[in-house]
Amino acid sequence: MAFFTTRRTRRRGPRRFSARDRAVLCVLLGVPLLLDLVIVWGPTVASIVLSFSSWDGISDIEWVGTENYENLFTNYPQFWPAVQHNLLWLGFLGLVATPFGLFLAVLIDRGVRFSRFYQSTIYLPVVLSLAVVGFIAQLVFSRDQGALNAILGDTENPTDWLGDPDLNIWMVLLAAAWRHTGYVMILYLAGLKAVDASLKEAAAIDGASETQTFFRVVFPTMRPVNVIVGVITVIEGLRAFDIVYAVNKGRNGLELLSVLVTDNIIGEASRIGFGSAIAVVLLVVSMGFVVTYLVQEIRGEKTR
Amino acid sequence: MSQSPFNGSVVPASLAGHRISRRNLLRGAAAGAGAIALPSLLAACGGGPGGDGKTVTMGSNASDPVPKKAFAQAFAAYEKQSQEKRKVDVNTVDHNSFQENISRYLQSKPDDVFMWFAGYRMQFFAEKGLLHDISDLWGDYTGFSEALKAQSTGSDDKQYLTPYYYYPWAVFHRKSVFEERGYEAPRTLDEYLALAKRMRKDKLTPIAFCDKDGWPAMGTFDYINMRTNGYEFHKSLMAGEEAWTDRRVKDVFDTWRSILPYCQPGANGRTWQEAATSLQKGETGMAVFGLPHPGQQFPEDEQDDIDFFAFPEINPEHGQDAVEAPIDGFLLAKNSKSLKNDQTMESARDLLSWLATGRAEDVYLAGDPNNVAVSEDADISKYSPLQKKAVDLIAGSKQISQFMDRDTRPDFASTVMIQAIQSFINEPDDVDGLVNGIERQKKTLFASDAGS
Repeated sequence: MAFFTTRRTRRRGPRRFSARDRAVLCVLLGVPLLLDLVIVWGPTVASIVLSFSSWDGISDIEWVGTENYENLFTNYPQFWPAVQHNLLWLGFLGLVATPFGLFLAVLIDRGVRFSRFYQSTIYLPVVLSLAVVGFIAQLVFSRDQGALNAILGDTENPTDWLGDPDLNIWMVLLAAAWRHTGYVMILYLAGLKAVDASLKEAAAIDGASETQTFFRVVFPTMRPVNVIVGVITVIEGLRAFDIVYAVNKGRNGLELLSVLVTDNIIGEASRIGFGSAIAVVLLVVSMGFVVTYLVQEIRGEKTR
Repeated sequence: MSQSPFNGSVVPASLAGHRISRRNLLRGAAAGAGAIALPSLLAACGGGPGGDGKTVTMGSNASDPVPKKAFAQAFAAYEKQSQEKRKVDVNTVDHNSFQENISRYLQSKPDDVFMWFAGYRMQFFAEKGLLHDISDLWGDYTGFSEALKAQSTGSDDKQYLTPYYYYPWAVFHRKSVFEERGYEAPRTLDEYLALAKRMRKDKLTPIAFCDKDGWPAMGTFDYINMRTNGYEFHKSLMAGEEAWTDRRVKDVFDTWRSILPYCQPGANGRTWQEAATSLQKGETGMAVFGLPHPGQQFPEDEQDDIDFFAFPEINPEHGQDAVEAPIDGFLLAKNSKSLKNDQTMESARDLLSWLATGRAEDVYLAGDPNNVAVSEDADISKYSPLQKKAVDLIAGSKQISQFMDRDTRPDFASTVMIQAIQSFINEPDDVDGLVNGIERQKKTLFASDAGS
């Protein structure tokens, strides 16, 4: 406050900030806080509120209680497949693509021949947006005009890689993993470079095998990278959208929660209430991961 | 391409090489960003010019090069003939984006006149009070059939749309293939299936089939339905008044199942372009398409080889009465600010009156021969044989339907029917489960709007 003299503020104690400091603090904290409220929490709360309504964006909002959720769970054939696909996506990236990226990073870090070449080749897809990856996937996997079927040469009864609803999710996952693997690899390469070589030496002197050294010493030391990779994998799994939208608008075996939200909200006669309910489901799933992560972090800080 | 929200590329307008003005881009971006939560709040970013009373702004969804150029020629012709020196200021938006943002567009700051579709999709916005009634203009319109008037009329019996052109759906094939092998255009379903059998014997995939885009197979459904149960049933089914669990709907799917073995397998993985290409290459024999579709995939010198026949008769009671012919036209947006200015309103109405003439349609169709004029006064002497045949097909029909995604609620078409038809193509045997699912979802969708 203004009546603090300079002398007093210089003293030790709780009142260390001049009026100007406070103003700066208020601006620096206030602006982001306001932005956060408006951009993040505003839409979030609005989605939650709207999920209890029936609204087409034109007429008046009509409150319908939990009807949207009842419809969603019992009367929307695309919903449960979408949930399954999102979980599958998460599982595939987490259990296949991410470990594979780590594996490649370890190989390259050990200095196999042409490692620079591999490194840049594997990283190359990362610069492509997933929508572009989706277009590439179509060029490769299209039934009649795709490269893969041309190579396989089965013209009598070609496999419909992207049209068969039991198969196409795996093809798309393959394409998504193609990109994800490179991303994870680069992150782990940086992580591996940062591991102190003396740690490995010490482990070797103690008689640890290569595998033991990696899993007991190197991997745990990379904890910050592991956390980042974990977060990225979860984000990629939940926000997946562009690639399936590019392939077939996320229909016919490629349903995802994000696609259902878009399908219902964007368009001529928007089902904004219903779409918001799906968005809330996605929010709840994300919150599950966010809360787990935060709890882990906070606990970790306490024990440190 | 111009008949469905589910077609075309997913490349955003800004990348597709179309001219797009900054405010349209902003409007699109804002609508996109706000879509998740606060659409109406954020979409209000566009701004309309104050208006000098002589300039009419036109919201155009004709982003494809051919129609875009043809429209530009039509508006230039209008400006040239206007005694009062009236001008048309066109804002072209990517076709799909235009459709996706239409309700936000009409609510915020739309252009004075905009392009849209006839039928239920127009009535929907008329009911919401977003369109100007132009019944008095219709009093002076000449050369439009009763069917056209019906498709331009809202549920309150007032007219809202000035129709401009349409294009029929039919079964397309290559003339040369039919001549070489001595095939004849079938008139009934039995003949159709017999022809398909013969084609298969001749190592030809009988029917090109695609539904990756979600809408192409709707045309087949509509036709089987109208041939089996008649146009009136189609209309009330689309309006949500009939039960999808009805025996008559199951009949449609059963008939369709009997045709499916002759169709290209894997339709859900094939775009309409790929299907049309297979027709062009002579790998497939026939395909249910709209008039512009094969035309876009056939090279210039093979355009004359495109031919079609009306979808075959199934139930003699309904014969080949109905034809599916989506109509595009022009409407006045209620929320346009400049239309509040009486002079601008007068200019906009003058523009519509001119667009309703046969002459105006001639100018457009000279640049885009993939459609046919709606007005009886239009000059058809310059039409290609295919266009002439299309005119005859429509003229010989008793009813004109639009298309499933134009004859029903947009949300029902896009979030229920696309998925239902795709799952039917995957598993044609579970019709009961399918129609039960459709009916349950239909009830919630059509009920949600009952109060308004």
